[in-house]
Amino acid sequence: MGFVDHLPVLPVLVPLLAAPLCVLLESGSRAWWAAVFAAWLSLAAASALLWQVSNSGAVSYALGGWAAPWGIEYRVDLLAGYVLLIVASIAALVLSYARLSVAQEIPCERAAQFYAAFLLVLAGFSGIAVTGDAFNLFVFLEISSLASYTLISMGKDRRALSASFQYLIMGSIGATFILIGVGFLYMMTGTLNMQDLAARLPAVFETRTVRAGFAFLTVGIGLKLALFPLHLWLPNAYAYAPSTVSAFLSATATKVAVYALLRFLIVVFGVEFSFEEMPADVLFLVLGLAGMLSASLVAVFQDNVKRMLAYSSVAQVGYMVLGISLASATGLTSAVLHLFNHALMKGALFLALGAVVYRVGAVQIRDFAGLGRRMPWTMAAFVIGGLSLVGVPPTAGFVSKWYLVLATLEKGWWPVAGLVLLGSVIALVYVWRVVEAAYFAQPRADVTALREAPPSLLVPIWILVGANLYFGLRTDLTAGIARRAVSTLIGGAP
Amino acid sequence: MTAELLLPWILATPFLGAVGVGYTGRWPNLREAVSLSTAAALFALVVLLALGASAGGQTTVVLAEPFPGLPLALSREPLGLLFALVASFLWPVTAVYAIGYMRSHGEGHQTRFYAAFAVSLGATMGIAFAANMLTLFVFYELLTVATYPLVTHAGTEEARRAGRLYLGMLMGTSIAFLLLAVVWTWQLSGTLDFTPGGILNSDMGGAALGVLLVLYVLGTGKAALMPLHRWLPAAMVAPTPVSALLHAVAVVKAGVFTILKVTVYIFGLDLIRELAAAEWLAYLAGATIILASLVAMTRDNLKARLAYSTISQLSYIVLGALLGIGAGVVGGSMHIAMHGLGKITLFFCAGAILVAAQKTRVSELDGLGRRMPLTMLAFLIGALSIVGLPPMGGTWSKWLLVQGTLDAQTWVLTAVLLASSLLNLMYLVAIPLRAFFRPPAGLSDSKGIREAPLACLLAIAVTASGCVLLFFCADPLFRLAEGVIR
Repeated sequence: MGFVDHLPVLPVLVPLLAAPLCVLLESGSRAWWAAVFAAWLSLAAASALLWQVSNSGAVSYALGGWAAPWGIEYRVDLLAGYVLLIVASIAALVLSYARLSVAQEIPCERAAQFYAAFLLVLAGFSGIAVTGDAFNLFVFLEISSLASYTLISMGKDRRALSASFQYLIMGSIGATFILIGVGFLYMMTGTLNMQDLAARLPAVFETRTVRAGFAFLTVGIGLKLALFPLHLWLPNAYAYAPSTVSAFLSATATKVAVYALLRFLIVVFGVEFSFEEMPADVLFLVLGLAGMLSASLVAVFQDNVKRMLAYSSVAQVGYMVLGISLASATGLTSAVLHLFNHALMKGALFLALGAVVYRVGAVQIRDFAGLGRRMPWTMAAFVIGGLSLVGVPPTAGFVSKWYLVLATLEKGWWPVAGLVLLGSVIALVYVWRVVEAAYFAQPRADVTALREAPPSLLVPIWILVGANLYFGLRTDLTAGIARRAVSTLIGGAP
Repeated sequence: MTAELLLPWILATPFLGAVGVGYTGRWPNLREAVSLSTAAALFALVVLLALGASAGGQTTVVLAEPFPGLPLALSREPLGLLFALVASFLWPVTAVYAIGYMRSHGEGHQTRFYAAFAVSLGATMGIAFAANMLTLFVFYELLTVATYPLVTHAGTEEARRAGRLYLGMLMGTSIAFLLLAVVWTWQLSGTLDFTPGGILNSDMGGAALGVLLVLYVLGTGKAALMPLHRWLPAAMVAPTPVSALLHAVAVVKAGVFTILKVTVYIFGLDLIRELAAAEWLAYLAGATIILASLVAMTRDNLKARLAYSTISQLSYIVLGALLGIGAGVVGGSMHIAMHGLGKITLFFCAGAILVAAQKTRVSELDGLGRRMPLTMLAFLIGALSIVGLPPMGGTWSKWLLVQGTLDAQTWVLTAVLLASSLLNLMYLVAIPLRAFFRPPAGLSDSKGIREAPLACLLAIAVTASGCVLLFFCADPLFRLAEGVIR
């Protein structure tokens, strides 16, 4: 086997091996170099993989040479390659950004462990994307979750610890539900390989065990997804985690969970079972709308900007789930597209907040007073990221919104389309609260000495901001791949 | 030069100008020179494009293609050309005026001001030459964002509140209604290109099309149709050049321009005539005309009175569009130019009065005609043009609009237009009259002539003579507007 044949395993293997290396290196700055190198290497592998899959179709890789369905299969189709690219590119950018921010927020004796845990999360997320095995997916989910509990607990604020504990409890319940669900499926079919499951499940669809398994999986993944009303762990976790962790998790964690949901609902169970025999469409429609509106409204009343963006993430998950609930090609495309675009906008916004934390030390709304003058580049990035979140053209957020509204109108559900747009207007309200504070409020006396964030923070922020604008105009990569990925997934079904 | 070459440059010039203003911010004279020459260059380019209009041939320049089959594209079309000519002609004039105003009024942040101004004009050009509804929407939103820092220029609590209302109403309605309407149109017809005769047809269901039209008209908050007009008086907190060019010409005209475009090129006039919703909306526009005039009479603050007069006049154009009658559309299109010139003159005068005499209220203007005779004369000319009395350009557009209501046999609306002209006479023309004929209230400061700075006067002279000129030479404008319905 040549090097190219091992490509599917590299995005998982590289960070997994680099993680213990970081611990061994001990010093924070050396560990940072190792982590950055590993992340960019994964990104290179992920890009090569996506290119290969895009040109010549899905790639299958038998781990350890054990052929599927007995061994663990890594199976990279277009959707997996696409999610892998999101995860790897956000990780590479966030890690490149991390050095100064981590040096300030994490005690230096723990910095190496921080990077190790960060890489473990990356390995876990990449693993979820590439694996074709239901149990293996659970394993990677736990790797990433356990590592992210540690990352969140390293936040400066003491409340980070309780937030992390809350997440640990909720996340473990979710993981247990997923495990039970996978167990039920295994009980009925005797296989864990997803392709194999998809082939064998239809024969036993009528059994209560499979239906219970479906329910357990949906609820379990819903917890990881922060699907309303299972989102209670998320706002605190993102608000009190270190800045880089909030940026990375908000841009990738829920995306990977959405991906897992799509895998199970569409590949393993199939559109027909999930949306016609089981009421997943109604469930997701109602919960998606409720999450979208309620979380947006709650976000308006947050004074901690990180917490505000965390609630906005819950709302954005609502948009994705809503897209899935439509169960149409355009609807699924809008959900898959929003995975990418939301990663871009939330990544940019949280990184900009990280720069504010770096200079000001806090992210309450009142701390933003006068920042428009003192940190013009950071705040300009925040404004553009915010406009993308609202869905103002020509940003990536607008493209997502366009597809979602189009999908709802195709179904003739124009009240739903109206609610989606209402959500955007609410987003404008909460984004603009911050903008007004930054540009109009009188700065406090002690911020006169405040300077713009250093370039090592600004460059990754502006790469993401640039991507928000670029992918608002050129959508071949995002919408193009999303559409193709969806059409291969549902295989010509409506 | 061909249109393929001109269109991208017309769009790019203001943005390049904004960058130039940003870089030369430290040297005010150089910065103003950049701003002025950008404005002049843009006007020259638009004129070149207009002169090539007879060469014919539909040209479309694609900028980007965010959705398959739905590009961001520019093209040349008579209505857009008319709008672009008006906006780009008034920009250099306003730039001259702004130099005099901003300096003698001692405004801060002038670099940001001129840069945002240039970006706003760039967005206006994008709206004017948009080849499809998506492009128009994109630049419409950009215009809202770009004018926000201008509205909130003063940075005070009042400016901040006005900015919130401005952004909330304009962006709120455009996201909630206009975007929905645009996506819906795309879903119904599979195209968003501006096509003569329209892209929608009556087999798509009368009720749905009616809802769609309501979404379009209410979604275009910039047209300031009641009850979505509150942002415009609030935006008067901005410096006068902004109120003059953006809130009498570019921004509000972008709104009515959008409605004209939608009625002519998305629905088509035949379909508009069939829709009951169009008739209701026309009556809503009629109500706005009268109500806004009545409110204007009660306003003592000069700029606020002008703002309500603008709201009233904008609805003339909306009404003309919604009649579904050729004369209405042509009259509405011409009113973009006529009202633009008239109202910018009035705002220039209001700014000149503020700068030279520090007066903002109508009741303070008694006897000011003796101190500022030129300014007050120009005010009279502008006011007469807006009322629609000869020999001012406004006569022709009002004439056509009245003819439109007669053709449509909507007598109530005819009466509305005539009644509104009388109201205009009472609250606009009365202002220069009291300035000339009433004795000055104070005794101390009435000695001799003290006009506004020369730069301001120059701009006022240009726009005021434009109002007169358009009465005698309205033909090119008429032919351009007529091209819209052909």
